[in-house]
Amino acid sequence: MPGDVLVSIRGLKTYYAIRGSFASRILGREAGHVRAVDDVTLELHRGEVLGLVGESGSGKTTLGRTILGLVSATEGSVEFEGREITKMSERQLRPLRREMQIVFQDPHASLNPAMTVQQLVEHPLQIHKLGSAAERKSRVEETLAIVGLDPPEQFMDKYPSDLSGGQKQRVVIARAIILNPVLLVADEPVSMLDMSVRAKILELMLYLKRQLNLTYLYITHDLATAKFFCDRIAILYLGRIVEIGPSEAIYADAKHPYTRALLRAIPDPDPRRAVPRDLPPGEVPDAASPPLGCSFHPRCPLAFEVCGWESRDLRDLLEARWALQAQEDYEAEQALMGDLAALDEPATNVRLKAGAGKTGADIIALLDSIRGEAPDAPFWKGVRRIAADGQHADVEWYEPIAPRPLEQGDSTVECHLYDGEALAEAERRRGETAPMPTGIRPQSDT
Amino acid sequence: MTETPVVSVRDLRVYYGTPRGTVRAVDRVSLDIGEGEVLGLVGESGCGKSTLGRGILGLLPEGAASDGEVLYSGKNLVGMNAKELRRLRGPDLGMIFQEPMTRLNPVMRIEDHFREALEQHEPKLTDREVRTRSLETLGHMGIPPTRFRQYPHEFSGGMRQRIMIALALVLRPRLLVADEPTTSLDVIVEAQILAILSDLRRNFGTALLLITHNLGIVAEACDRVAVMYAGKIAEEGDARDVFGDPAHPYTRELLRSTISLETDALHSIPGAPPNLIDPPKGCRFHPRCPSAMAVCAVQDPIEQRLDGGRRVLCWLHGPDELIPDGGRDLLEREEIAIAEEA
Repeated sequence: MPGDVLVSIRGLKTYYAIRGSFASRILGREAGHVRAVDDVTLELHRGEVLGLVGESGSGKTTLGRTILGLVSATEGSVEFEGREITKMSERQLRPLRREMQIVFQDPHASLNPAMTVQQLVEHPLQIHKLGSAAERKSRVEETLAIVGLDPPEQFMDKYPSDLSGGQKQRVVIARAIILNPVLLVADEPVSMLDMSVRAKILELMLYLKRQLNLTYLYITHDLATAKFFCDRIAILYLGRIVEIGPSEAIYADAKHPYTRALLRAIPDPDPRRAVPRDLPPGEVPDAASPPLGCSFHPRCPLAFEVCGWESRDLRDLLEARWALQAQEDYEAEQALMGDLAALDEPATNVRLKAGAGKTGADIIALLDSIRGEAPDAPFWKGVRRIAADGQHADVEWYEPIAPRPLEQGDSTVECHLYDGEALAEAERRRGETAPMPTGIRPQSDT
Repeated sequence: MTETPVVSVRDLRVYYGTPRGTVRAVDRVSLDIGEGEVLGLVGESGCGKSTLGRGILGLLPEGAASDGEVLYSGKNLVGMNAKELRRLRGPDLGMIFQEPMTRLNPVMRIEDHFREALEQHEPKLTDREVRTRSLETLGHMGIPPTRFRQYPHEFSGGMRQRIMIALALVLRPRLLVADEPTTSLDVIVEAQILAILSDLRRNFGTALLLITHNLGIVAEACDRVAVMYAGKIAEEGDARDVFGDPAHPYTRELLRSTISLETDALHSIPGAPPNLIDPPKGCRFHPRCPSAMAVCAVQDPIEQRLDGGRRVLCWLHGPDELIPDGGRDLLEREEIAIAEEA
């Protein structure tokens, strides 16, 4: 069972600067940041397998690399065996690298095609200047045998192109364990492999963990393989851990609507299952300008008043509607709504200018009719007020509350559904009876 | 099948010449796809499934030779001249590739991609009609008209794949080959795209060949499935029947090794797929097959028809009269060393 804390991560942020135009760089203007990892706190215990699960753009790979010191942290701390690594120079990090290794996703790309298996696996020993040539060779043979490339002589002189995908990944793993690391970060180690081989590589990794007392950080988008592999699972969305807990809790009783959606989307060869239809729309948003409030709210079927509804959600709503409309209808509505650029900046208050010859009341009539078609859509819960003012219509949403980590049984989840205060605040705001001369009123059914 | 299939493949062979010898990527494959039908084609990498998909559309690279028949509207596409074939591509035959990132021209607006495709194949359409058709098709894929004039880099991976699908569909092809259309996408987006593809049959009546290595996808989105191994179709039939009760040991083993949430134990198939330059004698799966019999190592299996329109290429299903005495004895095999495994 997990032992003491091996890696301790506190308030970790890793931002990537966006390169703006040439002019803005000369003038020193900032083009903004991609918040790849945004305030992550996490402990990795010795001997455990922790899964980092998320879609592309969730920041899982960046988090793994920041932990290894391969990417520098913007803020926060990463302690490895009690030593703070975020401030270390490359020179200070180098001896530590013997203790933490990484297995990359694509075995075809992570092996130099001009090197033999022996050279590839021996390389880390040479870099760290360990042992004589003879000692290194016997260590390579030993390691190849451990990863199942047995007898080793049969593989030593082969080139990557002579090997199958599974064999290549075994070579990559041999190279990662030859220095006797403590921590192995495995970044999608099986996702490029055929189904028939995945189980073998996962079994090998579990075997190595027991034999060599390894601790794994298993980075994946695939909750099905993680189920077999991980003691604990952290679900990432847009740089934040939205849910973390023991595997059993995650699979048996997922709390976060995002975790539930991920689980439902996994394809299953059971012929009785059909393509799931009730999945969140859209994709992971741009981490350079994440949604207000909870990042998942635009896709969340259960989002409510305080989850972060805002201008860009109105744009998405209109666009999703127009995608399905006949061209004349769409053109008429677009002419009425005028330029949607007013909705591109995140805001909880927007002033829309009606198209030529139209008024704010026309916009309200359109929004009312959209609402009438799907009155239960979560978006409308977030709308506080809509009012016409001559040619303009003002739309106001409730101010968002930032989600915070909440303990739920053995898991920790960042979701307002479990936050008594957020729920009470939503209730209170629903009860507010702001004077509304016209337009959409908040639902008062509770 | 009662109605005439959109495409009938008969004894199709596709060989590649390589410095190491001739690769028999597709070896005497026959299959039919009907109107509005989704046929899943599954197998491990290197089994020839992509080559088969391209072979059907006549999209083979230089150095590939093919023979046999691909019958489409009474014409054989194999050996058809390039000009004639090009005329069929688009309005009749369409293809969706795996990597949407690399298939759209980065300096062309989405609008221009559609305009080009439609002007090429349906020059009589007016500007307004081109626009209406394009927007309608994009709308089906969930791409709003407001984004029609944007460039490919302004879209996410999932949206680009939807645009690629729309670009193939705007010409209303009767047959569409989709080669691993969701492989580089995330699970939720993958499920969204699969929902779109499985709706194609209803909305467009398109015959779809969906090539994938993921059995879960086939089970959810396909009517029928063909399981391919080492250049041959091992088993083909109704997707529910095949996955519910696999007739070929390879199908069974492949299903067992698929990791899903329902999986309760890890399982893998021993050994690796054979190279197709010098495949094993007899049944090509026999060296890895837990049910292999003596006959499997020496005689090529003969296709057998089972109930419900299923066919299987495996001696376990006969024909009994052709199995010699002792042929049903379990094949004695050497243990497959891990070293030989994939």
